[in-house]
Amino acid sequence: MALTISRRAALRGSLMGLATIATAGRAQLAMADADTDKRFVVVLLRGALDGMASVVPYGDPHLAALRAPLIPGQPGSADGVLDLGGFYGFHPALTGLHDMYKQGEVLPVHAIAGPYRSRSHFEAQDMLQTGADDDQNMAGITSGWLNRVLVELPGAPGAAGRGLAVGIGMPLLLRGPAIVGSYAPTGFAQPSAELYARIVALNATDRLTGRAIREGLREARFDQSTLNDGSDGVMDEMGHVAGTYHDPKAANGFPALAMAAGKLLAAPAGPRIAAFQLEGWDTHANQMGLLKPPLTMLDNGLVALKTALGPDWKNTTVLVMTEFGRTARMNGTRGTDHGTATAAFLLGGSVAGGKVAGTWPGLADSQLFQNRDLAPTADIRSLAKGALAAQFGFSNDALLRIFPDSLNAAPMNGLLRA
Amino acid sequence: MLRFATFRKAELVYGPSMDNITAQAMIRFGLGARPDQTAPADARGWLHSQLQGADPGLSSGRFDDLPTGADALTAFRSDAMTRKQLQLAGTPLRGNFMPETPKMYQADAKAQLLWAVDTPSPFRERLVWFWANHFSISVRQGGTLGLVGPFIREAIRPHVTGKFTDMVLAVESHPAMLRYLSNVGSVGPNSPAGLRMKRGLNENLGRECMELHTVSLAAGYTQTDVTNMAKLLTGWSVDPNNQPTGFAFRPFAHEPGGQTVLGRRFGGGQQGAIDALTYLSTYPTTYQALARKLVRHFVADDPPADAVRTIATALSTTQGDLGAAAAALLTLPEAWQPGQKVKTPVEYVVSVLRAAPPQPGDEPPLLPVLNKLGQPLWAAPLPNGWSDKAADWVGSDAVLSRIDWSYNYAERVQAAQPIDVASQTLGAHLRPQTASAIKSAGSPQEGLTLLFASPEFQRR
Repeated sequence: MALTISRRAALRGSLMGLATIATAGRAQLAMADADTDKRFVVVLLRGALDGMASVVPYGDPHLAALRAPLIPGQPGSADGVLDLGGFYGFHPALTGLHDMYKQGEVLPVHAIAGPYRSRSHFEAQDMLQTGADDDQNMAGITSGWLNRVLVELPGAPGAAGRGLAVGIGMPLLLRGPAIVGSYAPTGFAQPSAELYARIVALNATDRLTGRAIREGLREARFDQSTLNDGSDGVMDEMGHVAGTYHDPKAANGFPALAMAAGKLLAAPAGPRIAAFQLEGWDTHANQMGLLKPPLTMLDNGLVALKTALGPDWKNTTVLVMTEFGRTARMNGTRGTDHGTATAAFLLGGSVAGGKVAGTWPGLADSQLFQNRDLAPTADIRSLAKGALAAQFGFSNDALLRIFPDSLNAAPMNGLLRA
Repeated sequence: MLRFATFRKAELVYGPSMDNITAQAMIRFGLGARPDQTAPADARGWLHSQLQGADPGLSSGRFDDLPTGADALTAFRSDAMTRKQLQLAGTPLRGNFMPETPKMYQADAKAQLLWAVDTPSPFRERLVWFWANHFSISVRQGGTLGLVGPFIREAIRPHVTGKFTDMVLAVESHPAMLRYLSNVGSVGPNSPAGLRMKRGLNENLGRECMELHTVSLAAGYTQTDVTNMAKLLTGWSVDPNNQPTGFAFRPFAHEPGGQTVLGRRFGGGQQGAIDALTYLSTYPTTYQALARKLVRHFVADDPPADAVRTIATALSTTQGDLGAAAAALLTLPEAWQPGQKVKTPVEYVVSVLRAAPPQPGDEPPLLPVLNKLGQPLWAAPLPNGWSDKAADWVGSDAVLSRIDWSYNYAERVQAAQPIDVASQTLGAHLRPQTASAIKSAGSPQEGLTLLFASPEFQRR
């Protein structure tokens, strides 16, 4: 039930009257600075999602020769792909996304990749999150591109309260000069407000813990007023904390976190930028069995996010992206190894969706990248830049501050409905 | 970073219990001081002495009843059969399916966590946890639930002061790793099994054993090197009948002929991958990568170049002697500057329990706590393991959550005076304002919470 959140927040919230450090609540700060009602959410899929399994090019004549055992049935058959217009089909687990697609709110972009080609998860993720142009250059960029988006938003640069990391970790994507909060329910009993005040004082001058505790207490008051609205079913589950990020019923599972984050984003004074990270995509073996649970989780979570955002779904754009794709051919263990191009998803109430974007490179041996992977025909930075430009009206200069050295990745046009 | 160290130094108080060197030995190199373990007179000598002899955990007798890798494979197989029989009989699994492997995991996790809390050789134990994280395996992937505990006891603990090559060979041949990085089903396309069943390679272990475990991307290897390494590793598989670890080499799945990896030719058979792993584990970029990682763990998030050079040299001049590398860490001046590193959740929880030890038999369940604090035990989300950088652990809810947990734990602690606990566990690192806040706390629970929430306690 709502106990976990509300007790946590209520105790922290009552601190507001005690400690001057927390009197400027997150809500006030955010209201002063939230000059935009546009929201932007990134879902990072860490581990390399197979784009040809999530958005299956079932119409390509070469597909079956590459990976017949990994292809779901034809559209309309039991456990068949969910048709996207005659050539592509969603993985059968993506039913919620398919409904949104039919409403024109989802734009899958296929054969997309970052500028990176070396097939290391970790280097590729760093590049995906820093927005660096090449791996030699990466050491110079220490912040994440989504943090740089916060810096570019109208209002005081880097003001607190507008960025939110959902879950206990802080992704590189959101690290940098702008202060970013986090939301992660745990269910521990809370110290009294008075004790919190002394903890704040003890940490006041500490550059790491001081900042984290101050920001956490500001958020708590805001989270309380936003989330503690009574009888919501998802909030009910917050009391049951056992389980993991991959457990759809767990309080810290993606659907529950997405529901809570959606409510925070929907609040007039709430954050405007949020990021999630999800694992479970590195399907080297038994891909058919292993991919279904995380895709179901992703689907449920995206539906929860839309539901929680309510009317503000139309002001929200969500980018779902992964570091690279997987081999076009099935490997020796009914899985796929590290590849190159994959699929990304843009969704939201104003997204010009209902079609699959991107140029399909084909799957003949000669069309594969290094006779191995789906060949990239689009740059993930072009998608991100195009979405940010349409969502926030950023200038080209601003986009180049967010993605340095990205002149070779021009923003995509026409991603949102006018 | 430097500015911070200067700021901290100016505020140090030289308390009666531990001087700065002793406190650093306990906190930076150890797992936090325990009031019931006396502070050594010669702190450096005490650390050096922990690098001698067999793993104290293995000799303690505490792990004697835990399963081997082969036992865990047997249990996994029997769990799968039981489950299948129940399903065939139409019996609902709920209430009837009582698998063994989760119990094995819990017993192993508890034994090794509590050993970290209790050990009188905390530097040695920190090295165990460091190397287990270097060769990270998640219990959540690949049917490894019961295997990670045996993996740490069989492949990591015996080698933390030995040769890196020996550790690499033990790790890459352990069923936990072979399953986690999906080598078990990898079949040479031209092997008898490959030709008959039309099976082929899985290059997961081939890639990660180069990128993460040994030479790193700095070696500049190619996709062909990765594929060839995967071919050399074909046939490295598991068999529950092979005590103790459960490793088996299956010649009929092994890709025949030799392979070239990073410019060197290796023969076929089981020896081919042994030779290749030996080569990779002594490659110059391997020593660089290991040195950087050790310095990041023991010194600072941004490893100073001089310190990395010292450790890399210690490794290369000894052909990868990990005990020599650990001893070299003690010579780094930077390693003795307090307050540089923020504790990870596991380090934090272990240090809280060491500071205020639970009664034997009354230990709190730690696995759910580590789940909530964002570092589920032996379950890093990706094969590069848990981050060793503060930025990954100081999200606002992450810091508040650990403070909240410590408040919950402090409620259970009895008898001790919080200010004594503070002085015994932080020694010279205890700041006056923290001491005075603890002294004026309204209750022992609040006093201990203030200790555990202080910035100096959250660091190591």
